[in-house]
Amino acid sequence: MTGDRGRTESTEDGVSPGGGIVAELGRMTGEERRAHEAEVAEAVAPDREIAVDVGDTLLEMRDVTVRFGGLVALDAVSFGIRRGEILGLIGPNGAGKTTCFNAMTGVYRPSQGQVLLEGRPLGRRARHQITRAGIARTFQNIRLFGEMTALENVVVGTDARHRTGAISALLRLPRLHREEREAVEKAMALLEFVGIADRAADRARNLPYGCQRRLEIARALATEPKLLCLDEPAAGFNPAEKEELMALIRRIRDDGYTVLLIEHDMRLVMGVTDRVVVLEFGRKIAEGRPAEVGEDPAVVAAYLGVPDDGVA
Amino acid sequence: MNAHIASRAGVRILARRVGEWWHGLSRFQQWGVLVPLVVLIYLLPVLNPPLLTTEPGTDFPIAMFNAARMALIAIGLNVVVGQAGLLDLGYVGFFAIGAYVAALLTSPDSALGVRYPWLVVVPVAMAVTMLSGVVLGAPTLRLRGDYLAIVTLGFGEIVRLLADNVEPLRGNRGFQQVAGPPGTHADGSPIFTQTGGTPWYWLVVTVIILVLVLVGNLERSRVGRAWVAIREDEDAAEIMGVPTVRFKILAFVMGAGVGGLSGALYAGQIGFVNNQKFDVVTSVLFLAAVVLGGAGNKVGVLLGAFVISYVPDRFQAVAEYKFLIFGLALIVLMVFRPQGLLGARQRLLARGRDAYRRLVGRPEQVVTKGPTPDSGRGVRT
Amino acid sequence: MVHQLATAVAQGDGGWIDFNVPLLVDRFWSNTVDGLAYGSVYALVALGYTLVYGVLRLINFAHSEVFVVGAFAAYFTLEGLGFRPGPTPQLSTLSIVANLLLAGAVAMIASGLVAVVLERVAYRPLRRRNAPSLVFLITAIGASFVVQQLFFVTRGANPERAIRILRPRPLFEVFGAKVTNIQIIVLVAAVALWVVADGFVNRTRLGRGIRAVAQDPTTATLMGVNRERVIMLTFLVGGVLAGAAALFYLMQIPQGVVYNGGFLLGIKAFTAAVLGGVGNLRGALLGGLLLGVAENYGQSLLGGAWRDVVAFALLITILMFRPTGILGESLGRARV
Repeated sequence: MTGDRGRTESTEDGVSPGGGIVAELGRMTGEERRAHEAEVAEAVAPDREIAVDVGDTLLEMRDVTVRFGGLVALDAVSFGIRRGEILGLIGPNGAGKTTCFNAMTGVYRPSQGQVLLEGRPLGRRARHQITRAGIARTFQNIRLFGEMTALENVVVGTDARHRTGAISALLRLPRLHREEREAVEKAMALLEFVGIADRAADRARNLPYGCQRRLEIARALATEPKLLCLDEPAAGFNPAEKEELMALIRRIRDDGYTVLLIEHDMRLVMGVTDRVVVLEFGRKIAEGRPAEVGEDPAVVAAYLGVPDDGVA
Repeated sequence: MNAHIASRAGVRILARRVGEWWHGLSRFQQWGVLVPLVVLIYLLPVLNPPLLTTEPGTDFPIAMFNAARMALIAIGLNVVVGQAGLLDLGYVGFFAIGAYVAALLTSPDSALGVRYPWLVVVPVAMAVTMLSGVVLGAPTLRLRGDYLAIVTLGFGEIVRLLADNVEPLRGNRGFQQVAGPPGTHADGSPIFTQTGGTPWYWLVVTVIILVLVLVGNLERSRVGRAWVAIREDEDAAEIMGVPTVRFKILAFVMGAGVGGLSGALYAGQIGFVNNQKFDVVTSVLFLAAVVLGGAGNKVGVLLGAFVISYVPDRFQAVAEYKFLIFGLALIVLMVFRPQGLLGARQRLLARGRDAYRRLVGRPEQVVTKGPTPDSGRGVRT
Repeated sequence: MVHQLATAVAQGDGGWIDFNVPLLVDRFWSNTVDGLAYGSVYALVALGYTLVYGVLRLINFAHSEVFVVGAFAAYFTLEGLGFRPGPTPQLSTLSIVANLLLAGAVAMIASGLVAVVLERVAYRPLRRRNAPSLVFLITAIGASFVVQQLFFVTRGANPERAIRILRPRPLFEVFGAKVTNIQIIVLVAAVALWVVADGFVNRTRLGRGIRAVAQDPTTATLMGVNRERVIMLTFLVGGVLAGAAALFYLMQIPQGVVYNGGFLLGIKAFTAAVLGGVGNLRGALLGGLLLGVAENYGQSLLGGAWRDVVAFALLITILMFRPTGILGESLGRARV
């Protein structure tokens, strides 16, 4: 199933896949294919610890408050994300989802409260350090490096774990060669994993929309995150694409990642998440399993009270 | 006007054809083209080809040396502007620092009273300019791009004002007898003189090749990727784990080092350094060299530098208007073709060729097909 | 080597830089007065940077050339009125006022027009295409280069000889510092123009459009504000103010206008804008006056040659420690 994902879009630009891995995949038997997929999954998440710690708290929001001037965008919000789960963060427009997200990834600093990753406060770390600490994200409005190829985009993600500096690069020291080799291997596996291996050589700006979204996910995964945050990854998708995306998110979780999902589309949230946190006006109004939360009167009121928020 | 449009389209198609042809060649074939080309480039001042020559207006080897020097500067500035997307309008400041360090350490007019050999002085000049790059970059590179532009503009001007006003830098009187590289002919006369452009040209071309290799090494590594990521979308780069400030400073320092190197070469060739020639218009000329051919594209940058330096030497009639012409060229280019004559393209993976072959069975996409030529922005759909 | 360098510095004519504190103390008040009058020129040019920045989030690099065009326009007007460089003629007060007003008006119109043309030719096509800011900056540099070189090619590298029609005359003293009629006129006129500009932006309907676009271009457009017209208007207002500044500049400086005279002044005015807080009208005024004064102090303290370095040093220092300026960025509100 890895190989044909995204293939539907691959002809849009009139680029034929030609030879390479993609063509090879088509020739494989079912057996070979499954073996290959296992290899890819292994390369995507080499140090997963599924069996070890599933269920303990990976990231904790502790009384996080974010103020902009007089406006309280996030009001003492607390919740935890457990290792190995898919947590949905939902709420009407302006409820503070993206603010919450930004507080988590270091774009905003909380006015009060703390964000703890594996029990350690993120504190005043710079954004790139937070990424290295293990939180990766995608963007609501796609932000790829347009002039780079898809493969290069992903390799930039892997660079978060690299230590090659100017000297090793200038003199082509062994470290550079080792890291470059690893990076390309890993990036290739990731592109395959999200289903756009056949577009590896294309510039990101020329990719179709769906591929761009997938590429963002691959780039975020490349940073070897403990927590992957997806900001409305299904925006602009048709129902079929949403199905595929849900399958991909599940596969990411099954591969050992923890996923935080901000999403408007209730069907998608209900279908894919293990637990849901609901925000309204910057406060947490509910938390629990999707089915329970869906019946929570406060949640229903929040959504019905604000009719224009795109509940699907 | 129609002819103009047609010629523009012509240049574009030609550039793409050449690009596709080049990337279609194997490594081996590429060398086969490259080596004779480089030999030809080396031989240019000796051949002094009839149509190309700038004589009798300007001595042709000197003109070629100047073009090569501009090319070296452009390559250095391209690291900052083209790759990392930082607008540096004070590049002439680094050039000046390099020239002054060379003068201070080799000229008998210097108050330091030392006469170090040129070969020692060049690395010192580079180190000092790189240090000044850190000093300027560390506080300002945290700022938005346009602030940086104006601060660097100020920096270039401060360097000039220092040259004007600090007594030991001798203002307009300048330094005589700035040293050049060592070496004598069989008859004992020095190889590198103020009047003979050819040895200097060979020296600079060699330096260019060396710098191109080194810059290429940086480009196809984490460093080069970080630069391009910063250029494309700084916030996204930071969030993807790129320590942006550090890499911006690095770009600045690399650019400064090459600027200082060209300054020291310039000082050596002229043999004289004073406070002239280091003003803002020169900085803008450098920028034009980078932007004209295509910022971020090394071939383009070399081409742009050649045009900027060669055209006024070859066509003396336009020399007086060169700043006007290149200023107009900047506007026209930005409005109609902001990516320059050749668009930006760099290879960012040390092992990219293999990877693409294995993955998709063809090389990466080299020429942008899309109708949106602007680089420097993330993807918007 | 470092040791030798240090020795050379210590031995040279007093070394690299002298600090002349007594001179600064001695000239403190006259420096202040001169600085305020000169700073008002910076303030008016800084307003142009600030207005455009507020609306477009763009440093209009070519604004310095808008100023130079105004200066040349004023100069040519005076020349056209029959005045020549040389000794200041004896004129009636009415005649002086009328001639200055005329020259000022022509300068303001010329600068305003150039600013608008610039916006049309250089910026609008880029905006249409949603070009990145690097492209805007390079275009602006190209444009400013072209204007500069046009004057260079036609008028040469030497400054025009100054034309004066108003003779400086001390009116009164402040702590022993003479205040001239020209300084009073310039200061009062500049502050008056600032008040007009501020009132225009804050109280009129067109000004509301400017503030709306500055705050949120998308919403402003949805609410029926014609963004293109607002942008044009902003350039026009900035240009007109620069034209007025050009006249005030010519009235104060000993030499006449020169083709590249806008460059330094532009950077200084920009420094003034940053000093006060880019995008902040009050900041532009405050920053301009402060910079004018600081520059004079620096000149007394370090010597005339260092005058221009003060502005740059100040610019870099502010950007390092408080990039939003003294009063903060706002023409509307600061955006993240």
